[in-house]
Amino acid sequence: MKQVGRDIPRLEVRAKVTGRAEYVHNLRLPGMLYGKIARSTVPHGRIRSIDTRAAKAVAGVHRVVTGEDIRKLIAEPYYGPAFHDQPILALDKVHHVGEPVAAVLASDPHVAERAAQLIEVEYEELPAVYDEVAAMQPDIVVHDMLKPAGTFADLKHLKGRKGTNVALDYHLRRGDVDTAMARASRVVEHTFKTQQCLHLPFEPFVSVAEPGDGTLTIHTSSQTPSFVRTEIARLFGWPENRVRVKVPYLGGGFGAKVYVKLEALVAALAMLARRPVKVALTMEEQFYMITKHPTTFRIKSGVDPDGKVVARACEVFWNGGAYADIGPRVTQKSGFTAPGPYDIDNISIDSYSLYTNRTPAGALRGFGIPQLVWAYESHTDLIARELGIDPVEFRRKNILREGRPQASGTAMQDAAIAEVLDAIAARMGWSAPFDRGSGTVRRGRGVAIGFKASISPTTSVAIVNVSADGSTTLYTSTVDMGQGSDTAFAQMVAEVLDLDSEDVRIVHPDTDVTPYDMGTLGSRSLFHMGNAVRLAAEDARTKLRALAAEAGLPEGTNYPPAEIFKKRYGMQAGNVIGTASFVPTYKSPDAQTGLSDNVTPFWMIGGAGVEVEVDIETGHVGVTKLVNAADCGKPINPGVARTQLSGAAIMQLGFTLSEDMKLDGGQVTNASLADYKIPGIRDIPPMENVLVEAEQHSGPFGAKGLGESGTFGVSPAIANAIHDAVGVRITSLPITAEAVLRALRAQAGQPLEDE
Amino acid sequence: MSMQNINFTLNGQAVSADIEPHRNLVELLQRFDLFGARESCGQGLCGCCTVLVDDKAVSGCLYFATWVDGKSVTTVESLDANGALSIVQQAFIDCGAFQCGFCTPGFVLMVHQLLKEHPNPSDDDIVHYLSGNLCRCAAYPEIIEAVKVAARR
Repeated sequence: MKQVGRDIPRLEVRAKVTGRAEYVHNLRLPGMLYGKIARSTVPHGRIRSIDTRAAKAVAGVHRVVTGEDIRKLIAEPYYGPAFHDQPILALDKVHHVGEPVAAVLASDPHVAERAAQLIEVEYEELPAVYDEVAAMQPDIVVHDMLKPAGTFADLKHLKGRKGTNVALDYHLRRGDVDTAMARASRVVEHTFKTQQCLHLPFEPFVSVAEPGDGTLTIHTSSQTPSFVRTEIARLFGWPENRVRVKVPYLGGGFGAKVYVKLEALVAALAMLARRPVKVALTMEEQFYMITKHPTTFRIKSGVDPDGKVVARACEVFWNGGAYADIGPRVTQKSGFTAPGPYDIDNISIDSYSLYTNRTPAGALRGFGIPQLVWAYESHTDLIARELGIDPVEFRRKNILREGRPQASGTAMQDAAIAEVLDAIAARMGWSAPFDRGSGTVRRGRGVAIGFKASISPTTSVAIVNVSADGSTTLYTSTVDMGQGSDTAFAQMVAEVLDLDSEDVRIVHPDTDVTPYDMGTLGSRSLFHMGNAVRLAAEDARTKLRALAAEAGLPEGTNYPPAEIFKKRYGMQAGNVIGTASFVPTYKSPDAQTGLSDNVTPFWMIGGAGVEVEVDIETGHVGVTKLVNAADCGKPINPGVARTQLSGAAIMQLGFTLSEDMKLDGGQVTNASLADYKIPGIRDIPPMENVLVEAEQHSGPFGAKGLGESGTFGVSPAIANAIHDAVGVRITSLPITAEAVLRALRAQAGQPLEDE
Repeated sequence: MSMQNINFTLNGQAVSADIEPHRNLVELLQRFDLFGARESCGQGLCGCCTVLVDDKAVSGCLYFATWVDGKSVTTVESLDANGALSIVQQAFIDCGAFQCGFCTPGFVLMVHQLLKEHPNPSDDDIVHYLSGNLCRCAAYPEIIEAVKVAARR
């Protein structure tokens, strides 16, 4: 391998350090109007009236648009990947604070913003539900009727229901849990909770729509250009070829910018105004767009006298907020991994996707997996403690070994669970003596491992174009949002066609030009699109050889492409176009048992080891060491892979220790970077990032996805380390100093008063 | 709203502009097709809008455009004016000190200021100067390394 496995800098480094990289944020078009959104001030209510007169009277306002105006343009203006439940602007009802109710267009964004604040909406307030477990009861129903989308093959079974907040319930039954629990020598049960937090890409959501002659071009900061095209075309009742979606670099995505976000709104506004329209959110507005699911996870295990887990029952409640977004897939896809990477014969899983009156929740770097790992790895640690078994040993005894079936019935293949656990234990010096601190500062350590299935069914298409001078261009709809996909794909093309990676040019998503891709999400691109890219490059190579034969060049000799073209066409002319699509096999889980022997094309494995210092007087937790390890297959670019692992772990550190959207009566009370604390440069512990190289046989050049694996183990490893240090167990995220101090005081029989 | 005429030096060139008093420096720079300073948090907390005014780093989102009247403004776009990257920019590349790149210009400018004032910065100096710049991709370990590499060069 000459190109694959090389540590080359990302292709776009120069553009990024000089500030010249292209983002939608920068885009301005002639005649462009800016749209600003008036948002709901109540969490749940019927719209009685919208008074736009004062807004329209503001000098410089071009137009004020409400949901009813959009309904005249689009009869059914609802969108969503799993349910068509989300109106472009609110119709009849609002379902969460911050929901878009009206939009103002003006040439000057400040004018639009001022006018938007003058829109008066009268609501008939309805009772609201915020908690996922409370939402299981139909006392307060968020949506009068549920409307499944039927777009994706794996979500076709979703049925329209009434009188419930359950968007999707997934159930898995394997073996006989009741009998095994009854026979177990010990049954252990816990409940764990996670908080609402969010992606906060530093380039907030931004989209521009540009109407043409019966066409519409959408420039958008999106991870899913192909889906945007399909969905916008569906809304207008147009063929796809009248919608063009273009995506340059993204200033961060992390799962926020998937499916439709601002695109339907800018499309509708541009069609009404007949002018280009840009909508760019502020940092504050991002708190009303998309978040990470808060969860409640009840987990119960039966253990035999040798410390083998013989049964596990999992009940997971996912707080999806006001609109389903991709929550139903999170509920199912992540749901079947809820028992953890352990070899357990008797399993039941009940996973529920719930509507509430919060900001919608979707996918955030791990697609629900970090919430599950938080619970099952905290639980696993507690069982090991109860049994008096070393937590690493306890895991070794129970983990899924290669070839063994996971809960769903799908075998673990190319899944380096044991190797990841061993790597963490080794870097932690787990068997060496450990300084437990003294006085008011106590030390502890903990580990945690997690795993994730990849997305399927799913399709990726790639085109490799070899020009007459031999220079090569790759066309894909994969979005490079900082994860380095452009660079990794260039390395693959270069490997196949014997080029320098730096010479391969990447055409960014433009649905008039680049072929279909399901989306840049769930760590899928390197594997799924990577396979398509490799096959497309191989197709180009085959066609170049055929062209050489046509040109009468002797077989078995490696002529440079430029020579082949010249010989065949008599001058610098022609192209060779290699194409390929990659569609992995997949079997839907059985409707009754939830089982399938082929739920994923590959497995991601990640884990963490943590050392902490806990101040027993203040509850302050300092992470003094963080080891991150992940099975990365054979890395295409080890340097970029390592930064993915590191970045994911630091992001999860924020979700563990500080990040928390606070609600008061449905209002977010800390919607700014001043009050919602993300990790800064002072918050980085000493870190080691370990790439566990284990060949993924079905992956391109043995590689697999890695963007999320670094998030898996961080939260429970910290809780486990705190328990190890001071003997208290934190069961809800985030782990603030206050939470730890409360637990310490409760343990000492001197509980702090409630707020 | 009434316009105000301002004259200032932008990346070494004398320029003038007519601008409303409520506009911030980021908006002013966009009129000159400079997009490296980016408004993100809007509160001067993330550092994405960092610009040097009279060689001092300021948050462009909180700095009124009219305040640059008579001053000298330096943006990230000036650092490779002669075609060669600055030492800091090259160190960021060599250390892989960014992912999405949105916050990068702000970090690069802040590191320029840091190294001007502390050519051999301690770890404390580094985190002190960079604690006003946030990176959601969390390339912090690589950024710290890049500062050290740039200082050595």
